[in-house]
Amino acid sequence: MSEIASFAPSREARDTFGFWRRSYAMLLKEFIQLRRDRVSFAMIVMIPVMQLLLFGYAINTTPRNLPSAVLLQEDSDLGRSILKAMENTAYFRFTREVHTVEEFDNLLQSGKVLFGVEIPRGFERAVRRGDKPALLVAADATDPVAAGSALGALGPLVQTALEHDLHTGDPPNMPFEIRTHARYNPAASSRLNIVPGLVGTILTMTMLIFTALSVTREIERGTMESLLSMPIKPVEVMFGKIIPYVLVGFIQATLIISIGVLLFGVPILGNVFMLAVLSTLFITTNLSIGYTFSTIVQNQLQAMQMSMMFFLPSILLSGFMFPFAGMPVWAQYLGEGLPLTHYIRIVRAIMLKGATVANLQYDTIALIALMLLAMTIAVTRFRRTLD
Amino acid sequence: MNNGSPSAQDIAIDVKGLTKKFGDRAVVQNLSMQVKRGSIYGFLGPNGSGKTTTIRMLCGLLTPDSGSGTCLGYDIRRDADKIKLRVGYMTQRFSLYQDLSVRENLEFVARLYGLQNPRGAARDMISRLGLSGREEQLAGELSGGWKQRLALGACTLPSPQLLLLDEPTAGVDPKARRDFWNEIHALAAEGLTVLVSTHYMDEAERCHEIAYIAYGNLLAHGTVEEVIAHSALSTWNVTGDDLNPLAAELDGKPGVDMVAPFGTSLHVCGRDQAALERTIAPYRESGKWHWQKSEPSLEDVFIDLMNRSKDNFQ
Repeated sequence: MSEIASFAPSREARDTFGFWRRSYAMLLKEFIQLRRDRVSFAMIVMIPVMQLLLFGYAINTTPRNLPSAVLLQEDSDLGRSILKAMENTAYFRFTREVHTVEEFDNLLQSGKVLFGVEIPRGFERAVRRGDKPALLVAADATDPVAAGSALGALGPLVQTALEHDLHTGDPPNMPFEIRTHARYNPAASSRLNIVPGLVGTILTMTMLIFTALSVTREIERGTMESLLSMPIKPVEVMFGKIIPYVLVGFIQATLIISIGVLLFGVPILGNVFMLAVLSTLFITTNLSIGYTFSTIVQNQLQAMQMSMMFFLPSILLSGFMFPFAGMPVWAQYLGEGLPLTHYIRIVRAIMLKGATVANLQYDTIALIALMLLAMTIAVTRFRRTLD
Repeated sequence: MNNGSPSAQDIAIDVKGLTKKFGDRAVVQNLSMQVKRGSIYGFLGPNGSGKTTTIRMLCGLLTPDSGSGTCLGYDIRRDADKIKLRVGYMTQRFSLYQDLSVRENLEFVARLYGLQNPRGAARDMISRLGLSGREEQLAGELSGGWKQRLALGACTLPSPQLLLLDEPTAGVDPKARRDFWNEIHALAAEGLTVLVSTHYMDEAERCHEIAYIAYGNLLAHGTVEEVIAHSALSTWNVTGDDLNPLAAELDGKPGVDMVAPFGTSLHVCGRDQAALERTIAPYRESGKWHWQKSEPSLEDVFIDLMNRSKDNFQ
C-alpha cells in the first residue's frame, strides 16, 4: 500500500504535462488508425486532385464548339459562307444537317444540339436583291450560360467574316437580318435552369448515401454473419435494401419538384407521368450505385468518402453547374457515365421543353444501362461468405 | 475412441482434413470430426484455436482451402444453400438487429426461412422463450442473458436439424447459463444435433461428447471420461499451508508438467508417472502437506493438451 501511495504524488506532479501527454497519445493513435485505413488515405489524396483537375481542365464557363444543327432550305455559296463564318467564331460546331422542321425541332428538344440555324429558301437571291432576308438562329436557352456568349458574338463576327465575300464595303448595313430565338427560357432566367438540375443533384446525394451505408452497417454491427448464415441470396438482399428507398426518393423528388413549381414558378411543360417514371428510374440507378459502393468498401467512413468521390464529378461534369457541351471531349465521355448527366437532360427537357419519350430515348437507355451495370457489379461483389 | 463406424444416417457432421488459411497462417489444420445425430457435441479450445472458423466452414460461411465433408448429408462445399436451410447458427457476437424489437427480429427470421405463418411462429417462440410481455422491446435493450435466449430462439425458429452455437454463454450469469443448457438438452431430446463451443469446463461436462482443438488441430475427442482416461495424466491433490512457495518450487522439475492452485489446494500433474513420483517423494515425506492421488480434472487435461500443442505447433 505504501508503495502505491508514494507513486501518487509524482504522477500528480507530472500532470502539468498531462494535457500534452494525453493529447499526444490520442494523436498518435489517430495517425496509426488513419494509416491502416488505406481507402481513406487514398481519398485524402484523390478528392483534392480530382477536383483540381476537373475544375482546371474540364470546366469552361464560356463554352466553345457548341453542337449545332443546320436546316438547309437552299444550297448556296452564301449559306455555306455564313456557316463557315459561324464556325470560325469557335462558338459553333455544326454536327447535324437536317432538311425538315420536325427534325430540327427534335434535335433541339432532345438536347442533341444547342443551336439550330435555318437558311431559308431563296436566301441568297434575296440578299443580292437587297431585301434583307432573315436568318433564323434558334438557341436552347435552358442553360443561359451556354447559349448567352455564343449568341452575343453572333452579329458582329458573322458580318466581319462576310465582308470580303459580299464586297459590300458598307459594314453598318447588314445585307441580312439575324433573328435569334432563345427557346424554352426566353428570359434567360437561371432559376429555370437550376431548379430542374437541383432535383437531380439533391437526389444523387441523398440516394447514394442511403444505400452506400447499408451493407457496411450490417458488417459493422455484426448482423451480416447471421444474415449470411440464413437462406437469402445476394439479389434478394439488394432488392430488399433498395426498394424502400425508391419510395423515399420518390417522395423527395415530388417535394423538390413541387417546391420548384410552386415557389420558383418553374413550369412542367411535358408529361408529368413520364417525369415520375423517369425520376423513379434515376432514383433506382443511384440507389444501385450506392449499394455497389457498400459492397466494395470496408466501413461506413469509406462508404461516405466513396459517395463524395462520385458526387463531386456528378455536380461538375453533368452539366448541372457548367455547360456540358463546353467541356473537352474526354470530360464529356466521363460525364456520359454519370446518371446525373442523363437525368439533368431528361428533367430539363420534360419540364422546360415539353419533350416526349422519343426525344429522350438515348438518356433513358443510358440510365437503364448504368443501373443494370451497377446491380450486376453489386451482386457479383456481394460476398456470400466471410472469406 | 470411435465406437465402430456408424451409418451415414446417424451422422450429422462428417468432415475430413479441413484446412483453412488466412494469409500464411493456418487457422484450422487437417481437422476431421464426426458428430452423431441427436447428440450434444462440445467444442473446446483456447481463444484463436480455430473453433469459430471450423463452425463457419460447417455452415458454409467460409470455404475450406482443402478437405471435404458433409453436414446433414450435404456437401459443405457445394450444398451451402441446402445446409443453411437446415442449420441454425448462433454467432459468438449478438447478431440480431438491435434496432428491431424481439417480435420483429423473429418474424424477419421466420420470413427468410419461408415459414407458413411468420407472425404465429414468432408468437409461439416468444412464449416458449418466456419473453411474453417483452415482444415489443428492442433487442438491443435486452440484458445479456435474454439476448442469448432470443438468439437461440431465432436460430431454432425454422426447426433446424443441427444447431451450431459459438460460445453461446460467454458473459452470461450462472442462472441464465443453466437455463440455457436445460433448453439445449431439451432440444437434443427432441432429436436436434447440437455443436457448441465453449470455454467453460462445467459446460463441457454437460456434453455427450467433446472435442478439444488448439492451434487448428483436433487434439482429443470422445466422452468426458474417455478424454480424461486417454490423457494418462497423473494428478496429485495437495492441501496444507504455504502452497505458493511449494508451487514455485515444483514448477519445472522433472516429471512435473503442470502445477495449478485450486482455491485451498494445489493440482500437480505429470504425464510421466514414475518421474513425477520421484520428484514429489521428498515433499510427501516432509509431512508438511497432505498429498492425495486424484483423477485429473477436465481442465487439467485441457491445459496439459494446450501446453503440449504449443510445443508442437508454435
